[in-house]
Amino acid sequence: MSFMKELTKGIVKENPIFVLVLGMCPTLATTTSVNNALGMGLAATFVLVCSNIIISMIRNIIPNKIRIPSYIIVIAAFVSIVDMVMAAYLPDLHKALGLFIPLIVVNCIIMGRAEAFASKNSVMDSMADGIGMGIGFTLALILMSSIREILGSGTWAGMKVMPVTYDPMLVAILTPGAFITLGLLMAGINMLKEKFL
Amino acid sequence: MNTLSQILVLAISAIFIQNLVLSRFLGLCPYLGVSTKMDSAFGMGMAVIFVMTMSSAFCSLIYKYLLVPYNLTYLSTLAFILTIAALVQFVEMFILKNAPSLYKALGVYLPLITTNCAVLGVAIINITPLPDGSTYNFLFATLNGFFSGVGFTFVLLVMAAIRERLALVDLPKSMHGFAHGMILAGTMALAFSGFVGLKI
Repeated sequence: MSFMKELTKGIVKENPIFVLVLGMCPTLATTTSVNNALGMGLAATFVLVCSNIIISMIRNIIPNKIRIPSYIIVIAAFVSIVDMVMAAYLPDLHKALGLFIPLIVVNCIIMGRAEAFASKNSVMDSMADGIGMGIGFTLALILMSSIREILGSGTWAGMKVMPVTYDPMLVAILTPGAFITLGLLMAGINMLKEKFL
Repeated sequence: MNTLSQILVLAISAIFIQNLVLSRFLGLCPYLGVSTKMDSAFGMGMAVIFVMTMSSAFCSLIYKYLLVPYNLTYLSTLAFILTIAALVQFVEMFILKNAPSLYKALGVYLPLITTNCAVLGVAIINITPLPDGSTYNFLFATLNGFFSGVGFTFVLLVMAAIRERLALVDLPKSMHGFAHGMILAGTMALAFSGFVGLKI
């Protein structure tokens, strides 16, 4: 079944963050808490799935030379939709993610999937690819943000998980913590790959 | 405060306190991708300063005289990304025709800049209201673009210098590549977080 294969490959085998190393900026910036990470992951997944579907539908109409600007317009349209819907219904989340909602337009994951997959494959496969990559992206964000939120503020998705005596390691939710957490996670994944593959 | 000291404050805050890469997390792909050699880091940095200054100026004008009067501000993301993409194309053609030696130095990096989130990010920061409710005017938006580009180039060059010296260090195999670059970036961000206390 190619549909299932396209769906599952994005989650582990071609995980956009840890394996393809795409979309670093939102990964580092929005993982200060699990709620923010989930919001960012779902917003990006929505844009990824919709733009993959539209681009694979119109892939035979777009002239080859102007394909990149055409993709950008399709992606930017969906990003504007997400931006406005989120501002209307989830104003707190919209404020916390701030700049990074409009910046989904230049997220390399979405552009990369449009160019590498949706422009060559059927609508169903592209949709599966978008959902898989989106889930992979969201799971990676949740993993990152869990580590940072538990260490940095002693909570998980707003719930207290560390004992009362725990003194939060503030640096984990600040900028340096983001870089170092991702660096160590990548090193850990490389080590696992060497051992088991 | 007179204009000159305001410009100085803008410069210090864009380069050190609110550094694009280390405090706003923008433009990480080129930061990690082209920081292995000093020459390419310099070329990329110059191209970014150039495009960022131009795009800040153009996007600020388009926002003020096209989007606001016609009530189209919800289209700003779309308008800005198209402006930047078109601008990069024009800049590329212009440099190719008029300054071939500059094109040789910057050529490969120019197309990449369209998808550099730092350029779009600065354009959006320029139209975002400041804490006191005002927004940057044309002059300050352009200067903000320029100084943000300088800040980006500064940390890119420092990173390239560190990585050139560490190229032959005996690291565990799993730390090679991005993992190592991330830890280095984290250490630099730690140093830069010292600037946050700077009150100006």
